[in-house]
Amino acid sequence: MRNYFNIIAAYSIMLFLIIMVGIFQSWSIALSILNYCLISAVMTMGANIQWGYAGLINFGIMGYTALGGLAVVLVSVAPVPEAWSAGGLNIIGSLILIISLVLIVRFFLKKYKNHKYKNYFITFSIIFGVILIRFVAFPGIEAIEAVNPAKTGFLGGLGMPVLFSWIIGAIFAAGLAFIVGKIALGLRADYLAIATLLIAEIVVSIIKHEDWLARGVKNVIGLKRPVPYEIDLQTSPWFINLVEKLHQGKLNLLSSVSDKKDVLNQLVIDASSVYVKLCMTGLFLTVVIILLILTQKALYSPWGRKMRAIRDNEEAAGAMGKNVVKEHLLIFILGSAIVGLAGAMMVTNDGLFTPGSYRPMRYTFVIWVMVIVGGTGNNFGAILGGFVVWFLWVEAGPIALYLINFFTTHLDETNALKFHLIESAPYFRFLMIGVGLLVIMRYRPKGLIPEKINVKKI
Amino acid sequence: MEDNLELLNAVILLLNYTVIPAITYGSQLALGAIFVTLIYGVLRFANFATGDMMSFGTMFAVLLTYYFQSVGVGLGFLPTALLTLPLAILAMILYMLFIDKFVFKYYRISKSAPVQLAMVSVGVMFVTQAIIRIIIGPFDRRFMDGEKFILKASEFKEMTGLSEGLTIKSTQAITLVVTIILVSTLFWFLNKTKTGTSMRAYSDNEDLALLSGIDPKKVVMITWIIAGFLATVGGVLYGLDKSYKPFVYFNNMLPIFAAAIVGGIGNPYGAFLGGYVIAFAEILVTYAYKKFFIYLLPEFLEPDSLVQLLSTDYKFAVSFSILVIVLLFRPSGIFEGKKI
Repeated sequence: MRNYFNIIAAYSIMLFLIIMVGIFQSWSIALSILNYCLISAVMTMGANIQWGYAGLINFGIMGYTALGGLAVVLVSVAPVPEAWSAGGLNIIGSLILIISLVLIVRFFLKKYKNHKYKNYFITFSIIFGVILIRFVAFPGIEAIEAVNPAKTGFLGGLGMPVLFSWIIGAIFAAGLAFIVGKIALGLRADYLAIATLLIAEIVVSIIKHEDWLARGVKNVIGLKRPVPYEIDLQTSPWFINLVEKLHQGKLNLLSSVSDKKDVLNQLVIDASSVYVKLCMTGLFLTVVIILLILTQKALYSPWGRKMRAIRDNEEAAGAMGKNVVKEHLLIFILGSAIVGLAGAMMVTNDGLFTPGSYRPMRYTFVIWVMVIVGGTGNNFGAILGGFVVWFLWVEAGPIALYLINFFTTHLDETNALKFHLIESAPYFRFLMIGVGLLVIMRYRPKGLIPEKINVKKI
Repeated sequence: MEDNLELLNAVILLLNYTVIPAITYGSQLALGAIFVTLIYGVLRFANFATGDMMSFGTMFAVLLTYYFQSVGVGLGFLPTALLTLPLAILAMILYMLFIDKFVFKYYRISKSAPVQLAMVSVGVMFVTQAIIRIIIGPFDRRFMDGEKFILKASEFKEMTGLSEGLTIKSTQAITLVVTIILVSTLFWFLNKTKTGTSMRAYSDNEDLALLSGIDPKKVVMITWIIAGFLATVGGVLYGLDKSYKPFVYFNNMLPIFAAAIVGGIGNPYGAFLGGYVIAFAEILVTYAYKKFFIYLLPEFLEPDSLVQLLSTDYKFAVSFSILVIVLLFRPSGIFEGKKI
């Protein structure tokens, strides 16, 4: 029991903080923070599987998150028939060409391993293939982007339920991880970090600039939701009755009927947004709990022991007959798939896909800070890290503003320094996160909730 | 005669839009890449705070430039930033030594894994970025003053009678001159002086270097001092040429890393050349060759499209793809050879 005391205490403090936000700011804000904490927790679990279980450093979190988001657009948005008829054939044609190009290159690599002119063949076929693909794809892309560019200008998606896209997002991310893993996993740790960071950057720049795919930086808004819409709730009688019942005492104090109606209206509007967010929280919480159970099971299974053995001593594990390369690739794919799932969850939560907002700072480095702060190799730690860091990230601005006001009360309202500090309050979040990371790394290098492995003594 | 003129025009066009900008950008990248490579070679970690350190040094130059301008001190036709450069370098070196003493030193002495140091540098990145944004804000700032052009397109056209103009901005010339001076001094220092040799020895084999009486503290300090020079000068040159925006410096870190790895990380000569490789690749691949071919080809062969390999949106993606290809086929970089 003592083992779990730390964990329970840490989570209670976190819950208390979120409730405080609910009381002092608003329940809607508290729930959005909670939702984002849960999403961050999923991302952190993905990164933690790679770093904590296997010691693989993946700075490409941003790329997988973006791919997960892309999956939501491609799966849930209704298809645009005009665009399909305008350029669908060209796109499908060039997709087939790309696949056959890859197959041809693979064929050369496999079949003519030691051939003198192998590299020339491959270079030639790639150049020829790229030119061919351009010729096939270009007219199609132009035609698609010309279809009602203000509203669509892209192929649209499949029009399927949005929850399905979470799985697809995970599969997309897993596919990318397979390619990246094949390319980069042989590299030394810091090379791997740089390579994954740059590959993620390539992925995001493709999503940003290929408008026919998901409108690029023009964003896709109004995505489907797995939960009811506020507008619908506000007009449905059962919901209004529910709110009325909950606030019976408060409403009875008002005498005039019109006053009562106004207050009720306001209450219904507030309650609808809280209700929607609560539904989201329920979904996210389910995902987190399922993942937690799976990852805990994996951690204490023979497979988990094997991963730790590989992490702690690659050569020894290899000598024992464990296939290090294969296991690394597998865990890289699994972790990335979880990150992709989180990316899809995030876009679903926001209801919009904004490729321009994917920046390494927010989607790679902050997630890494979560992993390090929480506790590497410990799933409870990873989730806690997601909660703590996201909470700080959001609330750092208000906290900094409060502190600035507190310390500069003796200064004049128009004082230049005070004005400048208040202006730059949002940037104190970087300071807090950075200092927090440095302090944790120095004084508690294993994180808030360190990894605990019970080794049976003989 | 006509044909010769066409050919000349085509060459001038390429010079103006690809070669000169690529040399300028390449020099700026090269300075950053040597910075990355030095830290990697001597201190043995990938410094993710590179971009923000460059930004930090530049910030001082920008603020001092504004101060000097308000006092009325300047260099005439040269930008005031050159005058503030030494002071900015000094501030940068002090900051780096401070960070090293309070952050990196602990991990170096306890011989932590390189990955841990890299994570620590991420923390430093956050802190540095916060300080920069709190002091100067996230906005775009221009601090270039003095003469803008050495050679204007119209002047060139008058001089030669060609229809293509050649422009040389003064920032481009300054970048080239300053880079040549700084880099040749650095290579002279690394190769010919005793301290430089001891740095190389330390980088090659730490234990052996310690045995032969090299003072590690001194080596580390000298490395940070050189790094301060490179970071500030690289950052200021980039800021003069384009403009100073903290966020852009963070993004520039990525092609800088690419340059350092392409050149073979730990090898300053490689990093220097790697900067140019990346810059030329980015610009040559994304340049639209339409006009070039119109000059060269007979009329019936002239292209209709832009003749652009990739749109300029993919500028960064080009350098990263080169990096991936290099990592695949030659993980130790194109220009191997001795470490520093």
